[in-house]
Order: sequence, then structure tokens, then C-alpha cells
Amino acid sequence: MSEYTGVRGTVWFRAFTGHASPMIGDPKSVLTGDARLGSDHARFLCVVPDPHARFPCARHGEVGQEEGYTLAARVREVVEHDKNTIKRPIIAIVDVKSQAYGRREETAAIFLAAAAAADAYGSARLAGHPVITLVVGHALSGAFLTHGYQANRILAFDDDGVMIHAMHKEAAARVTRRSVDELEKLAKEIAPMSYDIRDYAKLGLLHKLLHVENPEKPSTQEIQTVQGELGAAIADARSGPVDLRNRLESTAARELRKASILVRTKLEAQWLE
Amino acid sequence: MSNQAYSPNFIKRRSFIELNARERASVFFDAGSSRELLGPFDRVESPWLPMQGVTPQEDDGCVVIKGKIAGQAAVVVALEGAFQGGSIGEVSGQKMTAALDLACADNEKGILTSAVILLETGGVRLQEANLGLAAIAELMASILALRKHAPVICLTAGTVGCFGGMSLAAGLASYVVMTREARLGMNGPEVIEQENGVEEFDSSDRALIWAIHGGEQRYATGLADALVDDDTPQVAEVIRRFVSKGVPPEHRSSQVALYRNRIAKLDTSRQWDPKEFRALWTTNASNEENR
Repeated sequence: MSEYTGVRGTVWFRAFTGHASPMIGDPKSVLTGDARLGSDHARFLCVVPDPHARFPCARHGEVGQEEGYTLAARVREVVEHDKNTIKRPIIAIVDVKSQAYGRREETAAIFLAAAAAADAYGSARLAGHPVITLVVGHALSGAFLTHGYQANRILAFDDDGVMIHAMHKEAAARVTRRSVDELEKLAKEIAPMSYDIRDYAKLGLLHKLLHVENPEKPSTQEIQTVQGELGAAIADARSGPVDLRNRLESTAARELRKASILVRTKLEAQWLE
Repeated sequence: MSNQAYSPNFIKRRSFIELNARERASVFFDAGSSRELLGPFDRVESPWLPMQGVTPQEDDGCVVIKGKIAGQAAVVVALEGAFQGGSIGEVSGQKMTAALDLACADNEKGILTSAVILLETGGVRLQEANLGLAAIAELMASILALRKHAPVICLTAGTVGCFGGMSLAAGLASYVVMTREARLGMNGPEVIEQENGVEEFDSSDRALIWAIHGGEQRYATGLADALVDDDTPQVAEVIRRFVSKGVPPEHRSSQVALYRNRIAKLDTSRQWDPKEFRALWTTNASNEENR
């Protein structure tokens, strides 16, 4: 786990919105801001560590109850506001190490908080909001399902500090009864197991990989380029369907997700028989 | 009455938990109305397991059956807990998502079609890691699209329970049905103990695990809509009732203000006894209703 979890999120949130503060009444771990993005007025959301968070197991950038329900409320607010007008883009900036692992979390049903955030993002997408995710650091497991994975389009930096995965290496090795070395060796051969963002890109789930020299200290020029890419992703999302079928239609997906495509083709044929 | 004294109810019960996924998925349908789709003879298996020396299964541990429940079109998707812990791989995940998308398309054509999902799963299949996680995200998107038209009912009966990313899928459901033997939660006790120590969660404390994640607690705290016995006719009857009930006025996962308030009122400086938590949670609920 990077001790820098949260640095990148804050840097990019500030780059887009000009500040790095939560909205009134929100926990310090959720940054929400509205700012211009090209010709749009967009809402930006980011989860950052709060060392004094109310829940002790959510003090290092984990996504827990407060984060889930705050994200849900701040996304729903936009959907409600734009009900009869142009649907604003919603941008999730993602740098989250994991969901919160705690007894309080389980007792008070963290799964529902996570579902509530995913519900808000997914419902915004279905209502016609372009929902765009920018992965600037870690996007792991339940944290990514909560914050980011319901987006129409996902962008990420092609940087060694960027990681999208189902489980961090040590835990994945333990559960599958392998050593970390063995896991890394396998991950090199089997794209869905890889911890490298360039291998993740082969799965066809990403809209685009972006390059920034140092994602912790972007230049003004780089920020403008990334804003341009977000704008292009918004335009692309607006021109397409509101579901996630684009994730299976990319050239990369046709190669790596052949089994998924086969399932869909066969199941549809049998369904209609 | 006198007969009952000699044969208590549990002896007459037909266990649901002892059934495999295919048998479970079959019990809900009107007689003669159902057929399995993409069954084992179609042999669509995981392409990733053999690469790692793991034997795949011909249905990838996911059974899809289409038919009629209580006179209405419905699809039942069941995960086989006995195969790789019911974990979600590329194929099993896509079977669920594709089935829900086809149900959604039928609804858009005017054919009311519900979905029942039988969850016995630990979440992502780590041998397929990122494709499993992506499959869960896509399944969640499909639940959100379908539940606008028709109910999506999640049943977790045990003994695997429903954990990891798939607990979010249950969180999005129109209705959640559980037995006392089932558990529902995001992180299992072993994972919590590994991440945050035995003081946070003692994974050998079976009573504590069921007191927190068990069906009885989830039902008592309003996080499950029905608690059923491990009795096949009863399980089937409750599922039929929810299919007939239609889409709820507001889904649980959309009631953000309600649950955000409940969380805000909790004293997080200490652990809660699960029984005490029922009172904390419901006291909050009555305050909200009074407002």
C-alpha cells in the first residue's frame, strides 16, 4: 500500500476545481466541487484520507459508510437538480486503496453504503449524465465498485503508481495459496491477474490511457491536456448509449473478452428460441 | 395436532440449502414452464482456470433458467457455492449480466420479466481477478437498469452466504430474502482479522459472525425483506410473492438520506453488541418517522 494514497486525488481535484475542501456538512474524506470543464459545468468527486474520520477503520483513504453515503448524496443532488435541464458531467477522481475492513462497518451494513454510491453513479448514467472516471492512483476492489466503476467512460494514467485490481497482492496471494512471487509470475502471463495498468488496458475496459510525467506534480500544460481528454470522453459518452456495452465493443475487449462475447451471443440466441 | 407432536416441523421440511444450484433454481417455476439456458452441454467454460491448472466446470458454476413464476415471465440465475466458492469469473459473471439484460430488453418490449438471483458467493474469483471485478460492476449496472421495470430479487440461503463485491449486488436488489443459515456482508471475518487484527474481528468467534452477518440480524435491522426457514416450499412461496409484488416504491439503496442519518447518529468510538445494535438502528428509525 502506498503511503501516498490520497496525495494524487487531492492534487488532481485541486487542479480541476481550484480547491480541495469538502462541502458543508460532509466528512473531510469526500471532496466535492463544481467547476468549468470545456463548455460544461461539471461536478467533481474524490475520496481522500481523513486521519480523524469517525470510523477508525476508514482513516487511511478507505471507502466506508460515510464516504459511500456522501458520494451518493452529492451525485443524487446533481441528478435531481438537472432533472429538466442539460445533464451535467459527473467526474469521479479515483485514488482509493480499499473498502474499510471493520466490525462496525459490517454491523452497520457497509455493503448498503457502497451499493448506495454505485446506485447514485449508475442512476446518473442511466438518466443521461456523462459519468467519467479518472484513475490517478489506486482503484481497488470494493472501493472501485463504490466509486468509479459505474462510469460511462474510464480514463487512467499509464503510470506505475496506478493500479486497478480486485485485491492487493499480499491478500490475493494468501487467498489463492501462492507466494507473492508466484502470483507476480502468473500475473505476467494472465492479463486479468496483472497489477500493471498497461495489462489492464488490454481487457478493453478503459476508454483511454493518458500520460503525465509525474501525476503528483502535473504541469499546467498537462492539466489542460487531461481536461481536454475528459471533455472528449464526455462528448463520446453523450453520443453513445447509457449502458456499459462499450466495455465489450472495443478492439481490445474483442480479443481478451471473447468468452464474455460468446456467452452473450449464445444466451441471446437461446433466450429467443 | 397430535401428529405434530410426534413429527416436529423440521423433520417434515424439505431442505433448500441441501440442494445444488440447478435444483435450487428449478423450484420457483410454474409447472412445465421452464428451460435452462446455456447449460452444461453448451460447455462455455472459464478460459482462465485451465491456464492455472484449475479444472473448469461446464457451466462455470452459474445456472440460468427462464420460465414463468406466478404466471409471469422470469429468469432465475443461481450460483453454485460448491464450485470455486461461487466466485464470479468472466463466464459466470457474464451469464448473470446477459440474462438480466435480456430480461430488461423483454420489459422494454412490454413483456414484464422479473429476475431472481441466488447468491452463494465470496465475490470475485481471484484467478480471473480484474475480469471478475469488471463483471460485478457490469452486473450491478444491469440490476439498476432492470429494476426500473421489474423486481430483482436476491436470495441467499447458505451455507456460503454472499460476500465481497456481490454484497453490493444484493444491496441494489428490490428485495433480499435470507435464511437464518445465510450471511450477507462486504468483508468476511477472516479478511477483517487479516487486515485489522484479531481485536477488530475474531474470525474464530462463530456466534459473533452469525450475530452480525446472519439472516436473522439482517432481517431484524431491515436490511433483508424476508427471513425464511430452510424449507423449499416456503422459500419458493416467498419468492413467488415478491415476484407478484412488483417494483417497490423506492429501492433500499436509493434511500440515501434515511441511511446517512442513521450512520450519523451512531457512536463510532466503540464496538456495538449486535443485539444492542438492533435497538440503536431502529430507535433511529422511529425518530426519522416522527420527524
